[in-house]
Amino acid sequence: MLHKRNPQLNHHGELIHLLSIEGLPRDVVTHILDTAGTFLSVNDREVKKVPLLRGKSVFNLFFENSTRTRTTFEIAAKRLSADVINLDIAKSSASKGESLLDTIANLSAMHADMFVVRHSESGAPYLIAQHCAPHVHVVNAGDGRHAHPTQGLLDMYTIRHFKKDFTQLSVAIVGDIVHSRVARSDIHALTTLGVPDIRAVGPKTLVPGDLKGMGVRVCHDMAEGIRGADVIIMLRLQNERMSGAMLPSAGEFFKNYGLTEDKLRGAKPDAIVMHPGPINRGVEIDSSVADGAHSVILPQVTFGIAVRMAVMSIIAGNDA
Amino acid sequence: MSNLILDAEALYTELRAGVQALWRPGMALMGIWSGGAWLADRLAADLPQLGKPGVISSTLHRDDFGARGMASGTDATKIPFSVDGAHILLLDDVLFTGRTTRAVLNELFDFGRPASVTLAVLVDRGGRELPIQPAFAAAKISLPAAQKLALAQGDDGRFTFTIEGDA
Repeated sequence: MLHKRNPQLNHHGELIHLLSIEGLPRDVVTHILDTAGTFLSVNDREVKKVPLLRGKSVFNLFFENSTRTRTTFEIAAKRLSADVINLDIAKSSASKGESLLDTIANLSAMHADMFVVRHSESGAPYLIAQHCAPHVHVVNAGDGRHAHPTQGLLDMYTIRHFKKDFTQLSVAIVGDIVHSRVARSDIHALTTLGVPDIRAVGPKTLVPGDLKGMGVRVCHDMAEGIRGADVIIMLRLQNERMSGAMLPSAGEFFKNYGLTEDKLRGAKPDAIVMHPGPINRGVEIDSSVADGAHSVILPQVTFGIAVRMAVMSIIAGNDA
Repeated sequence: MSNLILDAEALYTELRAGVQALWRPGMALMGIWSGGAWLADRLAADLPQLGKPGVISSTLHRDDFGARGMASGTDATKIPFSVDGAHILLLDDVLFTGRTTRAVLNELFDFGRPASVTLAVLVDRGGRELPIQPAFAAAKISLPAAQKLALAQGDDGRFTFTIEGDA
């Protein structure tokens, strides 16, 4: 039987692009997390830079706005000594009608070695990976509702840092799951790493029905959803979608699904609270929880740089 | 397999004497991951006056990164003392081309400016490709480039050498 090769892996099974966590073997995911651990300590040095990508050009292609993710990719690439070029595509050639592949062909002619791509269309990074030169590597920095693999990996790094072992954990993902590429990447990563109990918690309008097929328990009741959880991943309620018919109001969402200290008492006493940012205080999470003892939201940001350094250095070191 | 037999335990005893001869007050011990770090740990246990050793990894400065990619399973550098102004005694199990030593020196200088760095190794197997020489080697041998000489440590802490590849 013929298997279609995973486009992220070369013939030796090594990572050459990071497009999605779906379909990555556990040892590849673990190798990324282990390597991130090495890079975390680079921040403690007098020289916060290593020469692994010296002489390489990393192009940040953000077809969709993002300040935070683009900045962390930029910091990660610079700490690996790469030259970083930020292209605000939304304001440039795409608006003049140039096609995605023409943009890529032009940037490749400028000797790009790596593209970090965010795009509102699911699958855009795959298209680029299929059409770029063999020595060029692609990192998906978020595509449509599909995937945000580096966020998924930094979430796994955070969980492993605080909880050590994945195989006994209960993890609740709470909020706007239907629009969330973070939730999808987290679920694939948690499943790959052997987490036995994954729950998706939110109102019927914001939790897709096909999650049960991914081994996820769907809960529409917040108290039930986070009961006994070791890890609670809160998702951003996407304000831009609030005007639709999905939800009556932010206030009502907070009442039912916003994480407060009172609701948090239903989780394990040593539960950690995560959030991919930016947080909406008083919408999906109460300030006292976001700033409280269970919150690991800021460590997530720090780990995110190390994880992105790990991804970029691993793919840059592997040939197609 | 080679007929060469290297008694790693006997060589360790010689290395320990060599390190004692090189040691000066105020020095700091640092082992190159992985074999050199095992040696440093055992020396520190045998000779408590050496203090707590550091571990240093070549991973982030290797010159064969483009060909071999990121190594897996390597421990990060951990230095429990300030590198600035320190006299460092660097330990490795096998000295071959000198490229690992070069990478480690670059790694070390990312943490500060040491006053001096001295190298001691268990085995110098020749084949240098860079101008790096140890101050002490418990054994000097000559091996064909295709052969791989590797130190192993048993559960009881004892060292053995394995030689792999064609002579």
